[in-house]
Amino acid sequence: MKLWNICAAIAACSLLAPAVALAQAKDWSSIKIATEGAYKPWNFTDASGKLIGFEVDLAEDLCKRMKAKCEIVAQAFDGMIPALNTGKYDAIMAGMNITDKRKEAIAFTEPYGRTPSTFAVLKSSPLAKLPDADKVYSLNPEGLSVAEKSINDLKPMLKGKVIGVQTSTAQANFLEKYFKDVVDIRQYKTTEQHDLDLAAGRVDGVFASISYLKGVVEEPKNKDMMLAGPRYGGGPLGFGVAVGLRKGDPELLAKFDAAVKAAVADGTVKTLSTKWFGFDITPAH
Amino acid sequence: MDAPFIVETLELLISGIPLTLKLAFYSIAAGAVFAMLLALMRLSANRALDYAARSYVFVFRGTPLLVQIFLIYYGLGQFPEIRQSFLWPFLREPYWCALLALTLNTAAYSSEIIRGGILSVPFGQIEAARACGMSRSLIFRRIVVPQGLIVALPAYGNEIILMTRSTALASVITLMEVTGIASKIISETFRAVEVFVCAGAIYLLLNFVISRAIACLERRLAPQRRSAKRGAGAPEPAR
Amino acid sequence: MADYVELMGFGPKGWGLLMAQAALMTILVSATAFALGGILGALVAWARIEGKRAVRVGADTYTTVLRGVPDLLVIYLLYFGGSQALTSVAHLLGAKGFVGVNSFAAGAIAVGIISGAYQGEIFRGAFHAIARGELEAARSVGMPRLLLFRRIIAPQALRFAIPGLGNVWQLALKESALISVVGLTELLRQAQVGAGSTRQPFEFFITAAVLYLLLSTCSGMAFARAEAVAMRGVRRS
Repeated sequence: MKLWNICAAIAACSLLAPAVALAQAKDWSSIKIATEGAYKPWNFTDASGKLIGFEVDLAEDLCKRMKAKCEIVAQAFDGMIPALNTGKYDAIMAGMNITDKRKEAIAFTEPYGRTPSTFAVLKSSPLAKLPDADKVYSLNPEGLSVAEKSINDLKPMLKGKVIGVQTSTAQANFLEKYFKDVVDIRQYKTTEQHDLDLAAGRVDGVFASISYLKGVVEEPKNKDMMLAGPRYGGGPLGFGVAVGLRKGDPELLAKFDAAVKAAVADGTVKTLSTKWFGFDITPAH
Repeated sequence: MDAPFIVETLELLISGIPLTLKLAFYSIAAGAVFAMLLALMRLSANRALDYAARSYVFVFRGTPLLVQIFLIYYGLGQFPEIRQSFLWPFLREPYWCALLALTLNTAAYSSEIIRGGILSVPFGQIEAARACGMSRSLIFRRIVVPQGLIVALPAYGNEIILMTRSTALASVITLMEVTGIASKIISETFRAVEVFVCAGAIYLLLNFVISRAIACLERRLAPQRRSAKRGAGAPEPAR
Repeated sequence: MADYVELMGFGPKGWGLLMAQAALMTILVSATAFALGGILGALVAWARIEGKRAVRVGADTYTTVLRGVPDLLVIYLLYFGGSQALTSVAHLLGAKGFVGVNSFAAGAIAVGIISGAYQGEIFRGAFHAIARGELEAARSVGMPRLLLFRRIIAPQALRFAIPGLGNVWQLALKESALISVVGLTELLRQAQVGAGSTRQPFEFFITAAVLYLLLSTCSGMAFARAEAVAMRGVRRS
């Protein structure tokens, strides 16, 4: 039977030959980039199923600079890092923030965008009156004590409420760290799902990046949604959005890094982000 | 294999078992009641009832459970009429939506199993009972149910195990049963394979315990039908 | 009602074409999984009937594990860990570098492996339904094993297996919906995308449900036909 098993295994592998793609040799002339495809306006799909968005445009620009041919594929957000490490693709550009936790698993380039995160609620909700609206707090060591004080100020109003967040995100980690025993945190696979539940009133609020929420509350079908409360950045929320790469690919990291730095320096990022977000997300150095 | 990580993961996953069992138990119980009703509708002389039950079973067996869950959770939440009704405190919670979806689904499959059990009782016995003047409900209670139950038990046991597996789908609407907790751990540690293997082991254990319990029940209720060494499966012809 | 027709139609704002393409993807991935499951099922049945003890135990374990663990977990496991496994196998066969597996392959293999466990049971039962006398007679005239399989066992086992296989096909069709959680754009995923995009989850999921019903009904009729053809001339007690 041992021969049988080996034959079966080989047969199965050859059946899969068309589905299998050997990853690139080290010259990186052809790169596969993963994005989510459901995080407007960073990356989303249009009516015909094509991937579009800020990061899709930026990826094309970076690849031009690196003189490589790029293929962009869609992938569910919560599976991105494990799949990168097993070699399904070579890079991640999916609105993914650099966080200490993620840095243990993968490597990041310099950030190409930085936006804080905040709450979105229904206008009719009591949470619409969250204090400190629009104030920005940094959770990095310099501003941590001030930020934590504002977090504590929020806790009485948020007590017992249900807040939706996308799973595997820096925002989810932030909520788990600071609000675990105060709110009922619901983790959703996609941002669309928590928006649907916010509209239905299943959750009292959602917590996500301003770059995403701003687009959401401006849509006509969401006219009863609004941003609320202060905005947080840094610390568990990460140090900016960057390209994610495997730790074992230092040459690719160097190439992407150089391309990102150049795109930031010559204003490409500013132009693209103004086009897609309406404001500039270039991280101030 | 990182032993402390596995131990930690198992501890976290075990905390999800109560919710898994709650979902499975209540949906099977409520589903059984509904299934009995459906089976009786199918067997009744009333063509309309028969047709209604047949359509219900057809729809719920022909569509994936995940679609049913999404329809109930997201689909029903779309209508303001439902959001303002008395149902909303229930439908607002993912737990009740999941329970409803699982119940409706298992009722469809179970009704066929129960129907098979009821039909397996030899008609001669029912004729004899009628000839003695037994009332319909007495016949049902004393003749049909005890014997039908024994016939239906293996298939129903299978259905119970399938339902326990199906509770994993509740994780897709944010419920933190075993699979939901496993997804959350992975999103924080990125170590997918180890966590899912642990979760799989837990489900295997649950299924083992449940199938042992059902086998015990079978033996108690039907000692004359002790099945051959291999249990369920095709009978081995004499070689 | 007019809104619904516009939403699901084939016009410029209609999602009809996308839903139809997604339904096609569902059929494709289910068929691939079913075929893979057939191969695995045949191997498993063979192992449980004629294998040495170790192989039988292995096949039994395979069947028990895959019928005891939720399908969602198997899909996740294969999706996250499958590339690793395939990379190791590829390395054994001499390839270098990473081996990537797309979500179609991961989903089809996962559902195929689950399906294989069920099909193994069906084939085993079908094999036992073949008259012993025929096998003994064939062996006594010295028929080689492969010919025995090809001419006696396979045709008859297939005929007895068709009802069970019809069931397993329906299972595969419904399990393909689970592949949506790993991002494959089959019918359920497309419905989700549409639902999120238009805020009308009910319309989209009802459409998906109707399409699944259509697929399973047509399959049911096809299998009933196949059964009728296969059972020509066989008296069923």
